[in-house]
Amino acid sequence: MELLKKERDVVIPGDIIVESMEFLPGRNTFRENEAILSKRVGLVSINGRAISVVPLSGAYIPREGDMVIGKVTDIQNNGWVVDVHAPSDAFLPLAGVKEYIDTRKTSLNRYYDVGDIIYAKVNGLQGTSIYLSMQDIKARKFHGGRLVRISPTKVPRLIGKQGSMINIIKDGTGCKINAGQNGLIWLEGEGMEKCIEVIGLIEREAAAEGLTDKISAMLGVTIDKSQESQEVLE
Amino acid sequence: MKRDDGRKVDEIRPMEIVAGVIKNADGSAMVRMGRTVAVAGVYGPREYLPKHKQRSDRGVLRCVYQMVPFSTDERVRPGPSRRSTEISLVTTHALQPAIFLEEFPKTVIDVFINIIQADAGTRTAGINAASVALADAGIPMRDLVASVASGKIGDHYVLDLAGKEEEATAADMPIACMPRTKKITLLQMDGDLPPQDIKGIIQLSLQGCEKIYALQVEALRKRWKL
Repeated sequence: MELLKKERDVVIPGDIIVESMEFLPGRNTFRENEAILSKRVGLVSINGRAISVVPLSGAYIPREGDMVIGKVTDIQNNGWVVDVHAPSDAFLPLAGVKEYIDTRKTSLNRYYDVGDIIYAKVNGLQGTSIYLSMQDIKARKFHGGRLVRISPTKVPRLIGKQGSMINIIKDGTGCKINAGQNGLIWLEGEGMEKCIEVIGLIEREAAAEGLTDKISAMLGVTIDKSQESQEVLE
Repeated sequence: MKRDDGRKVDEIRPMEIVAGVIKNADGSAMVRMGRTVAVAGVYGPREYLPKHKQRSDRGVLRCVYQMVPFSTDERVRPGPSRRSTEISLVTTHALQPAIFLEEFPKTVIDVFINIIQADAGTRTAGINAASVALADAGIPMRDLVASVASGKIGDHYVLDLAGKEEEATAADMPIACMPRTKKITLLQMDGDLPPQDIKGIIQLSLQGCEKIYALQVEALRKRWKL
């Protein structure tokens, strides 16, 4: 059977992508009789026999392995409660911290206190519970800096393929950036204003093609074309 | 038959749909059906508190329908009323079958519908706006929901009642459906009609829903046009 939608076509809920049992429904799609339909507003992505939809809008739904930025909102005797702008609060257990903590000798707020901003990995999902871990080379606590919030669906665009976009911004503005998959972006250093401006532009024009070139021209950064392959949204 | 506003009996009011009108909402839409204007905002899925109201097997859809005080010639008293509570409930029931609520256990999806200007068919305009707003918010859905109210004036079945027609009709029948599968999710009737008339009006309304659906689709595609 023929595909009714091409790769990167915009689909809305209820759009039929293909009517064939040859294909399999992937993320954000469902099967009804023989047809595969989109569940969400997004772009069609075809990977061999699997058909999925890359969302264009929506709240953050955590996935295992995501790096997220969150704010510690509570301390319990076995870990920390962290707000990561997901449908439920996340939990960072003692076992998820790099060092061994003896709770009889030290108070947990010596490590992370209420109000601290942390960069953590989503270690596991059980039902609706989200478990975090700091046992990742990138995971850390932020000191100072500034937080910017964008739509979580635009984060892959901000990072770019193998970090192409985010590296241009880092080089162009001299600003330190950490992007969480949940849409929170942490910035520090000079050129923060410029950086926020660029991030706003990317969020507004996320669907436009050739955005990486536009940003690099704007910031006066030359991109190494040998490393840069074709732009994709995810 | 000539209608007050010069429409044919099977014609819907001039309609305008815009998605993404509220910046701070996860999804939003404005629907104008003639002189009726509805704005819907969607928030969530987010944590449902108090905890005892959470459902562990699925999410909860919570719709709030409200007419703003300046929406009619006579000021509408703000706050929930018998009427708005009922419409909130039927709106929830009309939208619920289209949403994959089982994907969001223990959470709530909030839909706030405000009627900015009222000229008959406010609940249908509200459902049309809410459906586009839900899609705009990236909520997984089987289909959009389109809605229209029809009735019978004289010997004619009349689609999309407006203004004074609502008083002239023998019965006012709001219908919501999922146009792709032709499943009806809302069916109310205010008045008396013989069974064959009801069938006729449902047929007419379903055709009207198709037209509204086309406009909803167009609004969503326009929002995400590259």
